[in-house]
Amino acid sequence: MKILAICGSGLGTSFMVEMNIKDILSELGVTGVEVSHSDLSSATPDAADVFFLAKDIAEGGTHLGEVIVLDNIIDKDELKEKLVKLLEEKGLL
Amino acid sequence: MQTLIDILSQPSILVAAIALIGLIAQKKSAADTVKGTTKTFVGFLVISAGAGILEGSLGPFGAMFEEAFNVAGVVPNNEAVVALALQEYGRNTALIMFFGMIVNVLIARFTRYKYIFLTGHHTFYLACMLAVIFAVAGFNTIGLIAVGSIALGIIMTLSPAIVQPFMRQLTGKDDVALGHFSAVGYAASGLVGRLFKGSKENSTENIDFPKGLGFLRDSTVSIALTMVVMYVIVAFFAGPTFVETELSGGTNFLVFSLIQAGSFAAGVFVILSGVRLVLAEIVPAFRGISTKLVPNAKPALDVPIIYPYAPNAVLLGFFSSFAGGIVSMVVMIFTGGVIILPGVVPHFFTGAAAGVFGNATGGIKGALVGSFVNGIIISFLPVFLMPVLGDLGFANTTFSDADFGVSGIFFGTLANYGGTIAITIALVIILLLMFIPFGKKKEAN
Repeated sequence: MKILAICGSGLGTSFMVEMNIKDILSELGVTGVEVSHSDLSSATPDAADVFFLAKDIAEGGTHLGEVIVLDNIIDKDELKEKLVKLLEEKGLL
Repeated sequence: MQTLIDILSQPSILVAAIALIGLIAQKKSAADTVKGTTKTFVGFLVISAGAGILEGSLGPFGAMFEEAFNVAGVVPNNEAVVALALQEYGRNTALIMFFGMIVNVLIARFTRYKYIFLTGHHTFYLACMLAVIFAVAGFNTIGLIAVGSIALGIIMTLSPAIVQPFMRQLTGKDDVALGHFSAVGYAASGLVGRLFKGSKENSTENIDFPKGLGFLRDSTVSIALTMVVMYVIVAFFAGPTFVETELSGGTNFLVFSLIQAGSFAAGVFVILSGVRLVLAEIVPAFRGISTKLVPNAKPALDVPIIYPYAPNAVLLGFFSSFAGGIVSMVVMIFTGGVIILPGVVPHFFTGAAAGVFGNATGGIKGALVGSFVNGIIISFLPVFLMPVLGDLGFANTTFSDADFGVSGIFFGTLANYGGTIAITIALVIILLLMFIPFGKKKEAN
């Protein structure tokens, strides 16, 4: 599975989300998930299987397909909860 | 030995070497190490390629602006100015960034300022500006890298520190900080907001705000659209004859402007891809190492982390800051000298944040006035920053965010009055002040 974290310029926030996702994945012992980050312009539906976006740019990413919206981007607990749910759905956990 | 120096004075190889050190320090696998090092190497060359595209677009813009208004027009854009500056200052930028991050960790470890600045692209851009300013000030290479790294480390700690009181008020917590070099503008907006604390309860989030402007957050779209507007207006004032005979080689002046405006956005897009590649290994390494060495560190993160606290204030703040930029531009037209054009990207990112802070301290009025003040600040700082940037001050672009202006003007003025000695003394004094543990009790409370 491939996950893409997205923010407006694809530099800081999405990068932080990517690092947090990677931390949680290794904490959970999940392997084989590719995580990267990008800006809104470069992101295309085929770029990943699941996209993580902050609430404030969610309306710009509706075309991407499977999108997970984060209400609070710095809240690692929320991220973990949503990531675990996703992994369970995909049968990876 | 000489070969080694030659190799390392190539900035692309140097940043790759820094990434390599970071990857080895994290004990990554051989495959990850090769992959990460190569990507960093290529990333730097991608930035250079983007600089070429930008130069091709900014040159005609500058020429048209001069022809039309007889003064220089400047579009502040960090990516643009950094890409241009790296051609000459790439090696020193990379070294200042590397040692500056170490200074940041040391300050966080041994003083009461526990901030670790994790917004890598801003670290990179500020390292670049400091490399330019200290070269203009007359430092030799070793002195320049030493002074530049210390200055960078100090700013990486002080910038989050001055916004932290407002971050505490906004988030209700003290464990996350804001790492974005426009802190002076945010603190100003927060302070201005306090003037309206009587109407604090009247928050921006109580109003029903039109949706559908979210596409402005897409930086390629917003850069392209504003550059089209600016290019076409300037082309009209320069006149079709001038454009078609001097610049476009006969192509219709509006078509030419449209393509050049698009090329500017294309250049920034390419540069951003390069920056992303350069930072991909360096930032996680810095994060991993610094959190190990500074156990109670407060991570200073990029500015969009505060947008969800007040989405309406984000839009209001952008418009109000942009209005401040337009008013400033009109003032500059009448006062003469260079004209700073309001760029959508800096006004969006910093104006939005100023709006959020102004709203937290003073409701709608605080958001509107605070971000308007931010717009004025980021418009006028470049006017005073450009003269201390040497040859780079004559480019048609410059650094956009407030802390670049404030720190650049501070060091540039010191250099003008007291040369390299004044800068060295100032940095030593600031460092000593930071080590004095006063106010520790207050922090503990």
